[in-house]
Amino acid sequence: MAAIDITEVSKIYYGGVEAVKSVSIDIADGEFIVLVGPSGCGKSTLLRMVAGLETISKGSVTIGARLINDVDPAERDIAMVFQNYALYPHMTVYDNFAYGLRNRKTPKAEIDARVAEAARMLEIEPYLDRKPRALSGGQRQRVAMGRAIVRKPAAFLFDEPLSNLDAKLRVSMRGEIKRLQKRLGTTSLYVTHDQLEAMTLADRLVVLNGGMIEQIGRPLEVYHAPASTFVASFIGSPAMNLVKGVLEGGRLHIGTHAIDLGYPTPAEGPVTVGLRAEDLRPAAFGEQALAFRVDYVEELGAQRLVHGTVDQPLTASLPPEAPLADQLAIAIPTNRLHFFSAENGKRLYRPTPADGSTNAVTGVATVAAPAGRHAVNLEPIA
Amino acid sequence: MRGASGLEGQQTTAKRVQFSSPFLPYLFLAPQLAIIFVFFYWPSVQAIQSSFYLEDPFGFGATFVGMSNYTDVLKSTEYLGIARFTAIFTALVTFFALSIGLLLAVKADGVIRGNATYKTLLIWVYAIAPPVAGLIGMMFFNQHIGPVVELARWFGWDMKVGLDYSDTAFAMIVVSVWKQIPYNFIFFLSGLQGIPVSVREAAALDCRSEFRRFWTVILPLLAPTAFFLLIINVTYALFDTFGVIDVMVKDKAANNPITLVYKVYMDGFRGSDLGGSSAQSVILMLVVLVLTVFQFRFIERRVHYS
Repeated sequence: MAAIDITEVSKIYYGGVEAVKSVSIDIADGEFIVLVGPSGCGKSTLLRMVAGLETISKGSVTIGARLINDVDPAERDIAMVFQNYALYPHMTVYDNFAYGLRNRKTPKAEIDARVAEAARMLEIEPYLDRKPRALSGGQRQRVAMGRAIVRKPAAFLFDEPLSNLDAKLRVSMRGEIKRLQKRLGTTSLYVTHDQLEAMTLADRLVVLNGGMIEQIGRPLEVYHAPASTFVASFIGSPAMNLVKGVLEGGRLHIGTHAIDLGYPTPAEGPVTVGLRAEDLRPAAFGEQALAFRVDYVEELGAQRLVHGTVDQPLTASLPPEAPLADQLAIAIPTNRLHFFSAENGKRLYRPTPADGSTNAVTGVATVAAPAGRHAVNLEPIA
Repeated sequence: MRGASGLEGQQTTAKRVQFSSPFLPYLFLAPQLAIIFVFFYWPSVQAIQSSFYLEDPFGFGATFVGMSNYTDVLKSTEYLGIARFTAIFTALVTFFALSIGLLLAVKADGVIRGNATYKTLLIWVYAIAPPVAGLIGMMFFNQHIGPVVELARWFGWDMKVGLDYSDTAFAMIVVSVWKQIPYNFIFFLSGLQGIPVSVREAAALDCRSEFRRFWTVILPLLAPTAFFLLIINVTYALFDTFGVIDVMVKDKAANNPITLVYKVYMDGFRGSDLGGSSAQSVILMLVVLVLTVFQFRFIERRVHYS
């Protein structure tokens, strides 16, 4: 168990392509960090640099205060779980577990004990004599986990370990990984492109885009106060609505609509306004509202996604009992609006907390400053 | 092959093609069967038949002599000497052709930039026809201009290929191995590239020593390829080296080492002893049969097919 410090790490390939651009993350001992982003954002490259499967072009990585830039992958005291499991096909499950230990000259009795313990933890005891070929996808996934666990490493590295599983299994394995990590208390670095996986697993998540960090924060911080339009559209499902608007003298203009905000605006002039679909609701009589023309409806059972336009495309998540019509009046909770710069997409923070109510949004918005170093430690929300 | 039951069995059933006429599949197979029949079964049957006869050298008739062709062959000390040489020759050629091919494949696989050039350079020897390879090999071992002979002389070894038994044997083995390496290289290289990158990476995290990784992970995963090549190489050393040997010892077989296949040819076509030659080829056929059965029964068991 150890802390991992990633300091200004870059990956530059032959020919000058920069896959990771000066990324810094401080990972505390026992913390579960999820790297999330679209494909090509450099998250896997970053993980592989920590693992030693890619060289570190610039910057430094330390595990437990030991600089590991030039340390052999096998000596870094890490264990990795691969996307396609990467089990040794010619070895039994037992040998898959034991291989790394044998190569480290672990005594036989100790190997037996550790394999037995991991197999019990993962409930794969009956399969120890089988070859990976004779296992189902979920079982292989457990073996891959077990192979990492028996090593008792300082850190686990996960490279999209669940993306080869079907949806149902993915949900249960997700829970299992979280449970195991809590129980073992091993520092973990987990790569995924699935924002839901990122939200549910992470102690803190790191949103990457184009090789750079967009935001680091606890899942709810990132959800409630996305640092940029990219994070806003990436985290949360359905994606946050982003519409063009203009702030002018305490009022927000969207198309022909004008809404009184009732608090000092973070800027004047054109902005991008972020609205979570679940924050939108049917307007009560006499309330200030947007005229919403409905295009089509997706029924999800517990809620209903209504897609339409308020002179710009918008999606609202409404309760299924709310009446539907071609035209709806949609109310916006003004204190749950997000404002982003129209030029660079960065979050615009409100000058002062608006009304001091039990509003999580304002509470967070003031602290998550866009600092150069992203490791902002915050108190938990709620 | 035995391991590939279960799932794959179901897949083949699903893919089975339905023919409108039950004779149609046989029609499609006919050309292949005809070729196998004409070039394999027919001559085999003829060889077996003529191995029981003493043929007149001028083709005027044949006398049934029972097993005496076989007993003559097996009693001959010359034949047994050639058999011993063939065994040693086959073992050495197979071993060196496989291990050098594997070594080159592993090294070429590790090259990141310019590996296409490496591969081409290593592969194109295979495009040389065996007699030409034999000729080139002869030139390497030429008494006057051969670079290998010159090199040997430098070390005080007066090499006389074609005159001295062991020098000729040495040259034969070297040329035969040299000729077979590219073939093995191609298969080993494609086998190596078939090993998933992530499995290698997992091994890199589990085991520091690259040498140990090779023996414990890479080589076992290459086993199907290696087993296939083992059979091919044994067959090559036994039969396909004919061209190399022919070029090396032509007309002066007297004190030179030859293999069983060459002996069959010498006795049958030079010595006009078709009966004895047929008996030898039947014996050779049986040896190969036993060898192949042995390989499949005892070596394939240790091969993991993924």
